[in-house]
Amino acid sequence: MSAIIKVNHLSKQFKDTKAVDDLSFTVNEGDVYGFLGQNGAGKSTTIRMLLSLITPSEGEIIIFGKKLQTHRSEILTQVGAVIEKPDLYKYLSAYDNLSIFAKMSGSKVSRELLMKQLEMVGLADRAKGKVETFSQGMKQRLGIAVALVHNPALIILDEPTNGLDPQGIADMRNLILRLSREMGKTILISSHLLSEIELIANRMIILHKGKKMVEGKVAELLDPAHSMIQLETTNDAAAKEKLSQSKWADALQQGNSIKLLMNKQTVPQLISDLVGLDVSILSVNSSHSLENYFLSLTTMSGHVEPFAN
Amino acid sequence: MWNLLQIELFKISKRPRTYIAFAAIAAIVFIFQFAFKADGQSYMNLMLQSVKDSFEFERTKAINGYFMCYIILNTLLVQLPILVALIAADSISGEANMGTLRLLITKPISRTQLILVKFAAATIFTILLLVWMAIISLFFSLLIFGADDMLIFRSKGDESQILLISQDDVMWRYLAAFAYATVALTVIAALSLFLSIFADNSIGPIIATVCIVLVCTIISNINVPIIDKNVRPFLFTSYLVGWKGFFYIATTEDGVPIKGSVENWAAIRNSLSILLLHIGVLLGASVFIFRKKDILS
Repeated sequence: MSAIIKVNHLSKQFKDTKAVDDLSFTVNEGDVYGFLGQNGAGKSTTIRMLLSLITPSEGEIIIFGKKLQTHRSEILTQVGAVIEKPDLYKYLSAYDNLSIFAKMSGSKVSRELLMKQLEMVGLADRAKGKVETFSQGMKQRLGIAVALVHNPALIILDEPTNGLDPQGIADMRNLILRLSREMGKTILISSHLLSEIELIANRMIILHKGKKMVEGKVAELLDPAHSMIQLETTNDAAAKEKLSQSKWADALQQGNSIKLLMNKQTVPQLISDLVGLDVSILSVNSSHSLENYFLSLTTMSGHVEPFAN
Repeated sequence: MWNLLQIELFKISKRPRTYIAFAAIAAIVFIFQFAFKADGQSYMNLMLQSVKDSFEFERTKAINGYFMCYIILNTLLVQLPILVALIAADSISGEANMGTLRLLITKPISRTQLILVKFAAATIFTILLLVWMAIISLFFSLLIFGADDMLIFRSKGDESQILLISQDDVMWRYLAAFAYATVALTVIAALSLFLSIFADNSIGPIIATVCIVLVCTIISNINVPIIDKNVRPFLFTSYLVGWKGFFYIATTEDGVPIKGSVENWAAIRNSLSILLLHIGVLLGASVFIFRKKDILS
């Protein structure tokens, strides 16, 4: 599988702040690549560098096997993007917006094709409506149509579900999956929600303070073998004491509450053992260790170690 | 490039603010024409008061279409920079404000192309504005007031001078004057475009353009030798009214106007060169800075 995006040691310094710090990653052909991180993690800055909106301070970006710095126009003819919110010309109609950006992308598109594109995002009946009268969801869908109108091989979406209602989020997710599965597009999508990336991406990266914390296949990173099981009992202190002397001692995590890092499949065995140890269980909660790690990034300050699966 | 320019002109044509400038010009010109039609003779009597004994001219013919156009241009060309700034200052900052700038930059067009297209669109808007002005101030005035020989009142140092241009020698002067005004106002467009690179909304660059024009105009009009020699020659505002040079007809030693002549071609050429230099420098600086700018809006 060939690399569509290859980023090598990319950095961006804004006066006193290093927004992106020595970042390297690869997006392969056909990937839905999740770009995950909290606000300020460096996702948007990286995406803007990929789209030549921002000049990197250091590093190299190679897209479709060509250096972005030297083959910008050639590369961008094959890229479609929605950056944060899809701001369009509010005083123009949906059709005019689509037509303008299609022409700017260098493609000659017929009226039929433009209407087909609007139909795909459910806006054919509002083709002549001015964008200023559109809801956020409609603007977002039109933004996607603008990104796709020149049939790009690579689609970059920066937080495309921001400001959408649950139905809008579901529609967007389905559209992205369709683009990937039915049309074979390579997609890079950023989000600050792991749950969102988990549902659509096959590979992902987590950024924190401009640095890569983890990168890999979603299926492997979210493997149930690395689940965090949290127990609530009638007497946590006594239960912890008993667990520390059992075969579960290695899985037991530090802290006041009872947490075990283990394979989710072995939870029934754990409960059975606890009953045997005369521990009364009130509740059992399961979450993935990566999810816990990701959540901890929001609260931690200072140095954070990369995630070890 | 032509494709991009068409898109740019389409966008400008769809914005209501574009038509404010055309409406403003029409309103001012029609007020002038109405006022002169109603009571132009009082104005003419006042202007000719000092020369009534030495200058023979049928006063009723003095207010004609050519004369009216000159009066209108004299007043309006000072205000036009504001109207040009309304569109040109919005070129980049307006896109940044709407959020469309980042979408434009992700398209396969270079930043240099984008600046050049924005500049070309602003220049075309300026030309259209002047064509509109020519239609209503010259052709409408000719329709309303008729054509005749044209009187020019000129201040030359401490003296006042009255020039008379034959009516068959006027039209080319207007064409030249409008062409000159296009170059002069294109400097304003280039200045507004340059300022719009630094802002995320168009109000700032519009105000900044107007302030710069105002300050430079005041400096251009300060009659102090040190400014006269060292500052004034380099300010574009010193040359904005250079179009008048086409109406300063050369005369024989006896004071008879020489048909088809201009008193000082060299001054006009010099003014045009300096204005073109300003356009080149401002446009070059715009391209240079915009190419390096990080788009964070």
